[in-house]
Amino acid sequence: MSHDEKFKSGDEHLVYMANQIATFFTSQPEAERAAGVADHINKFWEPRMRGRLFEIIEMGGDGLSPLVLQASETINRPRAA
Amino acid sequence: MNFKELDVSNPYFAYDPAKCIVCSLCVRACEEQQGTFALTVEGRGFESRITAGMDEPFLQSECVSCGACVQACPTGALQEKSIIEMGMPDHSAVTTCAYCGVGCSFKAEMKGEEVVRMVPYKDGKANRGHSCVKGRFAYGYANHKDRILNPMIRDKITDPWREVSWEEVYAHIGSKIGRIQQKYGRGSVGGITSSRCTNEETYLVQKLVRQAFGNNNVDTCARVCHSPTGYGLKTTFGTSAGTQDFDSVEHTDVVLVIGANPTDAHPVFGSRLKKRLREGAKLIVLDPRRIELVRTPHVEASYHLPLKPGTNVAVLTALAHVIVSEGLFDEAFIRERCDWDEFQDWASFVLQPENSPEAIEKMSGVSAELIRGAARLYATGGNSAIYYGLGVTEHSQGSTTVMAIANLAMATGNIGRPGVGVNPLRGQNNVQGSCDMGSFPHEMPGYRHISDDATRAIYESLWGVKLDNEPGLRIPNMLDAAVDGSFKALYVQGEDILQSDPNTHHVAAGLEAMECVIVHDLFLNETANYAHIFLPGSTFLEKDGTFTNAERRINRVRKVMEPKNGYADWEVTQDMARALGQDWNYTHPSEIMAEIAATTPSFAGVTYELLEKEGSVQWPCNEKAPTGTPVMHIDGFVRGKGKFVRTAYVATDEKAGPRFPLLLTTGRILSQYNVGAQTRRTENVVWHDEDLLEIHPFDAETRGIREGDWVKLKSRSGETSLRATITERVAPGVVYTTFHHPATQANVVTTEYSDWATNCPEYKVTAVQVSPSNGPTEWQEDYEEHARQSRRIVHVEAAE
Repeated sequence: MSHDEKFKSGDEHLVYMANQIATFFTSQPEAERAAGVADHINKFWEPRMRGRLFEIIEMGGDGLSPLVLQASETINRPRAA
Repeated sequence: MNFKELDVSNPYFAYDPAKCIVCSLCVRACEEQQGTFALTVEGRGFESRITAGMDEPFLQSECVSCGACVQACPTGALQEKSIIEMGMPDHSAVTTCAYCGVGCSFKAEMKGEEVVRMVPYKDGKANRGHSCVKGRFAYGYANHKDRILNPMIRDKITDPWREVSWEEVYAHIGSKIGRIQQKYGRGSVGGITSSRCTNEETYLVQKLVRQAFGNNNVDTCARVCHSPTGYGLKTTFGTSAGTQDFDSVEHTDVVLVIGANPTDAHPVFGSRLKKRLREGAKLIVLDPRRIELVRTPHVEASYHLPLKPGTNVAVLTALAHVIVSEGLFDEAFIRERCDWDEFQDWASFVLQPENSPEAIEKMSGVSAELIRGAARLYATGGNSAIYYGLGVTEHSQGSTTVMAIANLAMATGNIGRPGVGVNPLRGQNNVQGSCDMGSFPHEMPGYRHISDDATRAIYESLWGVKLDNEPGLRIPNMLDAAVDGSFKALYVQGEDILQSDPNTHHVAAGLEAMECVIVHDLFLNETANYAHIFLPGSTFLEKDGTFTNAERRINRVRKVMEPKNGYADWEVTQDMARALGQDWNYTHPSEIMAEIAATTPSFAGVTYELLEKEGSVQWPCNEKAPTGTPVMHIDGFVRGKGKFVRTAYVATDEKAGPRFPLLLTTGRILSQYNVGAQTRRTENVVWHDEDLLEIHPFDAETRGIREGDWVKLKSRSGETSLRATITERVAPGVVYTTFHHPATQANVVTTEYSDWATNCPEYKVTAVQVSPSNGPTEWQEDYEEHARQSRRIVHVEAAE
């Protein structure tokens, strides 16, 4: 992924983690893939991580796996603080 | 005349041949109970003498100092030095060891407030009267001069510490946490519970975070060890715990050990395992190293699969390939207990050509023939049980590996009765308990997700607060958030994340970025070098409570002396909560357990009275199982149908290459424990006073490295220096070290790669280069000076 100035230092790691989750679910039955990624992130990611993920997606999602982008439709957006 | 001199070489016991009647009880204890075969009878008739090893002093022999011979000796020829020095004890209490996850019961034999000796308790259901060198002898840290007994504070981590009263420290905590939350938000603070502390203490720390801090930023050291066990077994079986009791091994015909080294890390269970193997059970070992179990007196593995670090999933899936392709699965079990459609999907997956032993051979370094042989033995050898450790979990595919293990057990019907099962060997004494108690940021006690309204309602009603329904930050996420500026304060009870967590530079950067780090510990550990507030802790000898071991066994911890710092850890957490405005009024840990039982279905039947009556119980302990559950999933899986999960192999991104051509894997040694905070402050240092780098003779020769040479160990994360030892225990291309000594800081080399599901660090695979060195690196010298400066204390006179 690019090192755009808008990116925070942890973004690369966040994208990497999201893609790791997607890699696992890519090997699962097709019907479970996007839902699996979304469910996992909803269950285990703290809101500010999910919030940052959405910010990265809104900046173009550079480096994110297509499955993460597909899953983002059902990833819960964090409540406003 | 076969005269033998008094042998006082062992730091903990003496051998006086003049008192020996050559009854051979010590020889039998060493053989039958410990399985080391270090003792023998030398000579004949009246010339017979008991000798260690090849007639060597005990310290130089193969003796592992478990103490079984000392306990067996009827004449005092083998005697604890503490008895010789202090005399016989005058009272005792049964308690639980605070070292590994075996959870041995000991009788603490006392004279006044002093421990005279720790004697393994024969009715202890985890250890059945046996012990290891740590639990039996290594308790001296409780009186070590390094112990800090007064609270301390400082404004900056470069300042010396200033001793303060308890009242002042609590007021300081209340004001600092309050100010930080006001400035940076409720989610800017968090806590880490301790797997060395009791269930009750752990429960209180997560309650403090959820109730007083008002968020779910709580985590525990299981994050860096067995969190993939929790994820993998919950997904497949429905419960985040091992399936058996330790007694189960007595009924096992085939033992598969993967990524574990029980004779070093879980020695008392290791001895039971060796006993069963001497009785004829077969052994399969999957490990990059030739661990002791592979070949030890009267034990030899039928198969040792020396797989390359990072290829667990590939090899386990290849074992499944053999089992399915050769029709060795248990169809009746699968049809009754699992989802048949899911099994068929999984079977199609494992049958794919890329999962065949022949395809896996090249990447794993294990021959197809060995994989096929091991698979056939596991599937057809009778009762087969899998025991595993951190060599399974501490990988980028740790959770996938746990699920691959569960798949094998379900496919062969090796679940739900004595002698079989999936058995994670837990690292720390209460790592199971700390997970059970809701230490994870996404789960309340009893592994109930924080988003579950009914679960939150139970605690909201009892605690009188609204709980956040969102998961909190995990330890590595806390450190990332600290570096990014949104996480500002951390309470760490009984852990040393600077030394134990991966990529030391990143951990240090995270801690340095915080405005308030509170360390609650026995010693000024490495994390305390970055702390602003220090709360003195109490040892397991100084408090009441319970530990839960690797077999889900809840054992009592009993106070045998007053806390030297004045307060048990649960009392300190309670006073912190009060300083933060909470009305906590526990007067004894039994009241905390009562709250746990009242709110957690799997603990519903647990009371201190029951533990007194039964000695110990294994959860679930409730109406359905009033005296606990030794073996789980007997009539069905907790989740209903067992779930088969596809386990595709994904190679780690941490790859050996031209710059870093070797793979480093880390672990522990018998005489030391975890970061060594306790064992380094005992006589156990005579066996291991520094971390060593194990390197294969080929790799050593090509680098010009000789035995005992200083070498530099370098990865893309950092570098450190330590001495090398040349051994064929490791394969060419693989090096190994321990992480017991802060002078080495092995984790300065490990990376931020982690398990995809849980963020458990990938300690077991780091690409490194090793080269000759002339001593410690500049970073090690700088760190040592930083630590020395950080530990300065300004003492204050006690008030009149």
